[in-house]
Amino acid sequence: MENNQRIELPQHLLDEVQRVISLFPEGKQKSALLRVLHIAQAHFGWLSVDVMDYVARLLHIQPIEVYEVATFYSMYDTQQVGKVKLEVCRTGPCMIEGAENIVNYIEKKLGIKDGETTADGMFTLKTVECLGACGYAPMLQAGEKFHEHLTEEKVDALIEAYRSNPVANYMGENQNG
Amino acid sequence: MARKLLLNNVHIEGIHTYDVYRKNGGYSAVEKALKTMSPDDIVEEVKKSGLRGRGGAGFPTGMKWSFLAKPEGVPRHLLCNADESEPGTFKDRYLMEKIPHLLIEGMILSSFALGANQSYIYIRGEYMFVLRIVEKAIAEAYANGWLGKNILGTGYDLDLSITPGAGAYICGEETALIESLEGKRGNPRMKPPFPAIQGLWQRPTVVNNVETIAAVVPIVNDGGDEYAKIGIGRSTGTKLISASGNVNKPGVYEIELGLSVEEFIYSDQYLGGMKNGKRLKACIPGGSSVPILPHYLVCKTANGEDRLMSYESLADGGFQSGSMLGSGGFIVYDEEQCIVRNTWNFARFYHHESCGQCSPCREGTGWMEKVLHRLEEGHGTLADIDLLWDIQRKIEGNTICPLGDAAAWPVAAAIRHFREEFEWHVNEPKESQIRNYGLVAEKSFQTENA
Repeated sequence: MENNQRIELPQHLLDEVQRVISLFPEGKQKSALLRVLHIAQAHFGWLSVDVMDYVARLLHIQPIEVYEVATFYSMYDTQQVGKVKLEVCRTGPCMIEGAENIVNYIEKKLGIKDGETTADGMFTLKTVECLGACGYAPMLQAGEKFHEHLTEEKVDALIEAYRSNPVANYMGENQNG
Repeated sequence: MARKLLLNNVHIEGIHTYDVYRKNGGYSAVEKALKTMSPDDIVEEVKKSGLRGRGGAGFPTGMKWSFLAKPEGVPRHLLCNADESEPGTFKDRYLMEKIPHLLIEGMILSSFALGANQSYIYIRGEYMFVLRIVEKAIAEAYANGWLGKNILGTGYDLDLSITPGAGAYICGEETALIESLEGKRGNPRMKPPFPAIQGLWQRPTVVNNVETIAAVVPIVNDGGDEYAKIGIGRSTGTKLISASGNVNKPGVYEIELGLSVEEFIYSDQYLGGMKNGKRLKACIPGGSSVPILPHYLVCKTANGEDRLMSYESLADGGFQSGSMLGSGGFIVYDEEQCIVRNTWNFARFYHHESCGQCSPCREGTGWMEKVLHRLEEGHGTLADIDLLWDIQRKIEGNTICPLGDAAAWPVAAAIRHFREEFEWHVNEPKESQIRNYGLVAEKSFQTENA
């Protein structure tokens, strides 16, 4: 467990949290929860209980209200994951364009199975459901970025790129490190 | 030359920025509406246009708007559904990425028509990069006086923002979307009350798809009658189609409703035909939830008429021999594809995405996935095919929201049209692991609506 004292967003992200809360009427700050969890996850890497409790305090809601949301939506990680999550779409249109080959290739290359993280804590591989890139299949998402029309060569290149700069997959407020 | 109403300017360099959008006639509909039209005038134009919801259900937009309750002193809201998660569908993403101000302009018009002063765009969390594009465009619209207080000096105030989901197909269902926007799990609500009476924060709410809202811009600019001239019958206007699968040119296309399916698949202006010269095996014309059509029912109806890209023609023959326009997620399969495997894949999707609230869906989607996987792996029995049929029948219509139906329909249609391929998997388990079945034999259908 992480030390409670260290769970604190930097000022620019706290400002972003306040901005997001201000998009909703007075007293409806809970509506900001999903976005604030994205911000927290991008900053802390995953949503530990301590992080979720912290988010609850930021929004003046009960911790259980955060837990039930964090466990419902598939993008939130309530277990530790690698610095870079490679999420390969496996649904219909991607499947017929060879998504399984891409998954197999990454599994072999990184020596991990679907859902696992490399020993150095760098990469997590996860198969996910339709990401809305069906016409550009096969594809994977890393952080906020979509990588489309994947080939083995492209996978090689992007794994190399992420190895040297694991936060390159975020933009805007989620930039950290 | 086919007319485009939404994507006509999409090729213009920098059209995603305010300046370029404005220079090309952007926001003229807002000027026209706020200065010369009443909210009811806009509703009237939308009714005249015949516009139907572009998210999948195809419900007339003007009618949906007219259901909105307007109790004195209670704020009402317009929500834009940008949760686009139906497998095969990626058109809203394209529109928002390429021309975000069109959506914002549509949101202003629609909010004004509904008397909403605080509107939200709910976008799926995986589209965070699109959210940032739209958020930037919203900031530009504020900076140029199209959003905020006293827009164009008319006294109309509107605040607009965009907010993300976090990975849940179910949040495309409008009451689940509302729950999610309230910061909760995306469990659909029982209806009634409908959102038009009690929606976001129990206030009257309209939820419309991205493309639907964008279509209000040309409707206000040109008038509802002009819009209704495009299309065929009750399928008016243009539709964005997301095309994927084994075709030469997958991508997003704006078509005039009424275009023939054959032209859409085979002409160079659209999908450019089947990839590698393979034969067409099947097509899902409206996103993974709608019934799959076998090769002989794609370009022709069971009666031998040309199948058209319209709500009515794609549904011709009911579920016996037709399908639905749905969200316009057009997935094309060639003869190398396995229908059992594809059906199993989608069953897994629906199992994964079931919110778990209703037993028939929570349990049934899991059973369907399991049985289909067994069949796909060559371990199934003929009784499994009947079992599958039985399970999907028990899900359909027995759940709070349409996810249950969405999970049941693809399984039903696959068995209805491709039963011989399922049976082949049972009878030739080894063979089915090495090669694919190819095309199924043509069947004739009674001309009845199921």
